[in-house]
Amino acid sequence: MIWWIVKRDLLLAMRRRSDVLTTLFFFIIVVSLFPLGVGPEPNILRAMASGVVWVAALLASMLSLGRMFSGDYADGTLEQMLLSPASLAALVMGKAISHWLVTGVPLVLMAPVLGIQYDLPGEALLVLTLSLLLGTPVLSLIGAIGAALTLGLRGGGVLVSILVLPLYIPVLIFGTGAVEASSAGMEFGAHFSILGAFLLISIVFSPWATAASLRISMG
Amino acid sequence: MLTARNLECIRGEHSLFSDISFSVNSGELMFVGGANGSGKTSLLRLLCGLSSPDGGEILWDGMDIRELGGDYRGVLTYLGHLGGIKDDLTAIENLRISCALANCEIDEDQAADALGQIGLAGREMLPAKVLSQGQRRRVALARLLVVQTKLWILDEPLTALDIAAVGLIKEILEHNLSKGGMVIMTTHQEIVMTAAAVHHLTLS
Repeated sequence: MIWWIVKRDLLLAMRRRSDVLTTLFFFIIVVSLFPLGVGPEPNILRAMASGVVWVAALLASMLSLGRMFSGDYADGTLEQMLLSPASLAALVMGKAISHWLVTGVPLVLMAPVLGIQYDLPGEALLVLTLSLLLGTPVLSLIGAIGAALTLGLRGGGVLVSILVLPLYIPVLIFGTGAVEASSAGMEFGAHFSILGAFLLISIVFSPWATAASLRISMG
Repeated sequence: MLTARNLECIRGEHSLFSDISFSVNSGELMFVGGANGSGKTSLLRLLCGLSSPDGGEILWDGMDIRELGGDYRGVLTYLGHLGGIKDDLTAIENLRISCALANCEIDEDQAADALGQIGLAGREMLPAKVLSQGQRRRVALARLLVVQTKLWILDEPLTALDIAAVGLIKEILEHNLSKGGMVIMTTHQEIVMTAAAVHHLTLS
């Protein structure tokens, strides 16, 4: 069942490439604006690189949250999902996976290229990419809860950012922390362990919380 | 058997309906009638378990539908105002996905066959956005040809359909009723159907 949802959402994303591309271009442009604004001072750029890339990734991921359930809500598919004999949490997991594949993975793939603008050394680029690889699925999973809670509300887009961004803070701290530790020549494995722990916790709790939120929003 | 006892639904400060009781047995049909805004859709959503009643209870074979959860959703097919049709997917893709959601996976041939029966032969591969309102409705209704569920709850299934399609839907519903299924539907059209018993519930 998860597979059906993922397949369908990827198919829809393929037919509406503009939605995917706007998120990716938003990420690229935000990250590229900072070197232009701050000026070509390599030490400053290296110091701010991980923070800028991570904050841009949070904003880009959040930008697309509104679309996670709103399309299905508007055309009645969400009703059918709620009435499916399959577990709603599993369906929600499928939605979160496809959200990550469509918005998270392109960001992860672009990050090393954008990191070069900040004169990051090779190891730091690798750590940045890996931290995003572990962190972006958490963003999709946590974001799903916010998207489900604000479904069908007026001004839901702003509300979802107020709800979800504070929850992203731990991911941001440990994601950027890993890159900084690696730049300073320190051990960064602990940061990855904590990001991995966030991922496991959100895999367990987020589908369940999102399913409960959807039932409230649709009730 | 689906039984409703003393159902009550409150929207905001005003009561849409209260004290609604009925039961529908195997092979029986129930029309839900009433003026616009009298709560027909709200009643059907309660019966599906999409929302909870403000009073009373809904029982399926004597068990509360809330407790049955997935088991109840497994015997139920609901078609709402919104058909759950995605504009960017073709008719076949739409039908296969809505069936997969209902736990009844079908392959492309079965989907094409069902769409052919419902009068969409030759249009299976068109994206839903180029179909007319009535054709989109037919894509949604094609699910009824495939699913094996017993209880069908249909909200205005006949809107936007032409006379031939109305006849076709009537046959599909009668076939389900003759197999021992149950149909609860709202409609503003006059339609005569044969069933073990036909109930009329009018909301005011």
